Amino acid sequence: MRIKCPLCGERDRREFYYKGAAIDLARPAPDAGDVAWDDYIHNRENPAGRTKDLWQHEMGCSAWLVVERNTVTHEIYGVELAENVKRGMK
Amino acid sequence: MAELIAKTPCDGLLPITSETVSLTELTPSAITSFMPYKGREKAASTALKKACGMALPGPNEASGTEGARAIWSGRGQCFILDTGVPADLATEGAITDQSDAWAVMQLAGAGAQDVLARLVPVDLRLAAFKPGQTVRTEMQHMMASITRSGDTSFDIMVMRSFAKTAVHDLHEAMKSVAARG
Ligand SMILES: [Zn+2]
Repeated sequence: MRIKCPLCGERDRREFYYKGAAIDLARPAPDAGDVAWDDYIHNRENPAGRTKDLWQHEMGCSAWLVVERNTVTHEIYGVELAENVKRGMK
Repeated sequence: MAELIAKTPCDGLLPITSETVSLTELTPSAITSFMPYKGREKAASTALKKACGMALPGPNEASGTEGARAIWSGRGQCFILDTGVPADLATEGAITDQSDAWAVMQLAGAGAQDVLARLVPVDLRLAAFKPGQTVRTEMQHMMASITRSGDTSFDIMVMRSFAKTAVHDLHEAMKSVAARG
């Protein structure tokens, strides 16, 4: 498996650290309520298909990345800097 | 007061040679990380050029020559080697003295790229990795910065605490390449 870091280029999987669902970027407001916080902390979709995950290019440029991939076919659709994704959410 | 003796990170470990490939320690007079503040990248690059003679390197780029070099070292960061960074650059970015934090080595000679191919998961063949290019990658299990510094030479930086392991792993790979002729 190879991931194309937007800064470094295509790199081997062993350079990356896997975090989990990119939902981490959508932190609820402090007063969003128990349901929103329960979802944010505990509930994950675990899809068979397209998913967006957070990875860190730990051994490379250190950037956090959002990788959109398919858990069934292992196809990678796109990689973006998490910084830019987060900015686009505001 | 006790008299303290400064030791370089690879003191007692280098130089070593195996057939055509040699590994020597480089001792830059200073290593400084420079991280431009958000939105100040352009001004920081101009200020760096004025102060040290080279612009901010982009991803996977290194610039300058011996005496003053800038090596891209990660997202929003570069290392300035061999020359001090004037304190007034702190208006454009964060400056950190890292002089004692890194072991710097040069792997050189015919076959140097074959040695690295055994340790690094990036294509560093001479045809693919040109002089002036750099990568942040892993060498075995160590975070490393590798820069093509000349015809057959690569400058390798690892954290100082990894000096002995890095030298060991490079030496084993050098012997292995030499054994195969
Ligand atoms: Zn990267």
